[in-house]
Amino acid sequence: MKKKHDDSYVAAEDAPLHSVQAETAPVEPTASAPDSGTDISPIMLSNRHPGRFATMRRSKITYRISMVIFFAIASVFAILALAPIVLTILNSFMSTKEIVTNYSAVFSSLSSNTTDTKTYLASEAHLKLIPDMVSIDQYATVLFKSPVYIAKFWNSVFLVVPIVVFQMLTGTLAAYSFARFRRKRREVLYFAYVILMLMPFQVTLVPNYIIAQKLGILNTMQAIILPGIFSTFSVFLITKYMRQIPSSYIEAAKLDGAGEWHIFTRICVPMCKSALYAMSILLFIDYWNMVEQPLILLTDPEKQPLSVFLAEINSGEVGIAFAASFIFMIPPLLIFFYGEQYLVEGISKSGLK
Amino acid sequence: MAEPSVRTTTSKARKKGARIRKRKEWLVFTGYLTPSFAGVLLFFFLPLLMVLYSSMQKSATNTTFVGMENYARVLGNKAFQLAAQNTLLFSAMAVPLAVLLALVLALILNTKLPGRSFFRSALLNPMMVPVASVVLIWQVVFSFNGSLNSFLGGFGLDKIDWMKSDWSRLVILLLFLWKNLGYNMVLFLSALNNVPAELHDSAKMDGAGSVRRFFSVSLVYLYPTIFFVSIMSLISSFKIFREVYLLTGAYPFDALYLLQHFMNNAFQALDYQKLSSSAIIMCVAMIIIVGVMFLLENRLGREVEE
Repeated sequence: MKKKHDDSYVAAEDAPLHSVQAETAPVEPTASAPDSGTDISPIMLSNRHPGRFATMRRSKITYRISMVIFFAIASVFAILALAPIVLTILNSFMSTKEIVTNYSAVFSSLSSNTTDTKTYLASEAHLKLIPDMVSIDQYATVLFKSPVYIAKFWNSVFLVVPIVVFQMLTGTLAAYSFARFRRKRREVLYFAYVILMLMPFQVTLVPNYIIAQKLGILNTMQAIILPGIFSTFSVFLITKYMRQIPSSYIEAAKLDGAGEWHIFTRICVPMCKSALYAMSILLFIDYWNMVEQPLILLTDPEKQPLSVFLAEINSGEVGIAFAASFIFMIPPLLIFFYGEQYLVEGISKSGLK
Repeated sequence: MAEPSVRTTTSKARKKGARIRKRKEWLVFTGYLTPSFAGVLLFFFLPLLMVLYSSMQKSATNTTFVGMENYARVLGNKAFQLAAQNTLLFSAMAVPLAVLLALVLALILNTKLPGRSFFRSALLNPMMVPVASVVLIWQVVFSFNGSLNSFLGGFGLDKIDWMKSDWSRLVILLLFLWKNLGYNMVLFLSALNNVPAELHDSAKMDGAGSVRRFFSVSLVYLYPTIFFVSIMSLISSFKIFREVYLLTGAYPFDALYLLQHFMNNAFQALDYQKLSSSAIIMCVAMIIIVGVMFLLENRLGREVEE
């Protein structure tokens, strides 16, 4: 029964993957055997010679065994990958009291708050999967009793959206320049961009602070948005991708008398669409997550984004932290579920030469 | 990239035309670069120069030039040595592991494994989850009174103080791999897909097993991706500070004390000279590492083409 199941799965599984990789991948006749619709396993196809019947049997068995092992390995990794997310979601539906009982041993702030109450405090944390009683206690507290949380959520949005939009704009233009114009000095500059991309925020922390002060934008959102826009990460990735565009396309357009702007807007950008999409997602998640910059450049706690605030909740009010964490995850997760195909396609294309 | 120059060999007039065209080309492409470059100049290069400058001053108030004095002071600093060692050690462990494990996973998912698109999504998913959101779960699992210890206690094993012993390196490494394996794996999956199928087929005809085929056929085509994945992992490995900071705060256990901690604390202590010179040292180290990687890539790339 298991065997049958496997084969039908293969045929079903193959279709979506191929549509994603169709553009990059050369045709793979042997690997996509089930496309014809017949129920032949790939091993049978590759060993069609009649004389190899015995070896076929054996290799089929080893094939099955290796598949089971592979499946087990992949499952372990998948479970480990998803566990923290699932646990956060499940824990967010526990009542604050239950969280306190379960995790007081872990979070010192909890036990100090609750020593006088007579709740039973475990000496060890109990990571529970299912809440005793499903409760939206945490959500109610987060969303209604502390309006600060909503304000910080919008702070995050107002910080991240301009950075992503404008970095994509300037980054794509710069990437086009680096991709099409490859002289020695440009390559050196490109290398400098790569180094800048690698540099941690702390390296230029003081000068950034001073420059923000000089520009009069310290303690305003621009102090984070402006340097964010010019971060070189997107330039690196988009350049890498644009260099893969076959030069024949560009030559052909040139012969037709197309100017650079035309080549840029009509050929390069449309051909990089998936990469640009993937890049925006990567940028979004990176800045949605930022902690260091706002801590230094936004001295006013009211202006700080959710990422910073969440760290505070985590250490201060664990009772509602899981719900706060989950709400914080929602925008990126939605983007992921909505655009996973593009994301995968975009990432896929960036790493090939 | 071999552009107009090919067609300009006949006459002098053409040569002159070519030169003008080259100038024009330079102007156009510089135009495309300008918006980004202006910003980079103001927010990255200029600050870097300022850092370089202040790293050679006596102090923030006394601006006498002292040359390499601050560097000597920082290099001799015990905290700096510890931080540099930890940072290097972490990257040296994290990058190869992130590359190797991702490659193995990609090879597994590149077979006819049932449910492989689910596995791909599941492994890619952590990339999208903000660290601040899952830090709680990591704390619950790895705290001294946490669930991993109570689980291990079930087997009669002693409690381990995960976050306050050398094990903390492992915890951070796991967090790093958790976050980055999916991305690397997708990169490898697409690279594996790009290996010409004919080569595999002919190798198969010659009786090469799948392991042999991987090493003598696929691997050659994977070099550019391995390089790219290493660079990306290196970047992420420098970003691990955020995770460490969220998990353990500004003063973590010694094994987790990173260069960024050192710089942050120098900033808090208003010791800008210490901060600047350590920043420059880090920069130089990074230029060397990435430069070597670029050279290696070029060398390998040429070998593949031959």
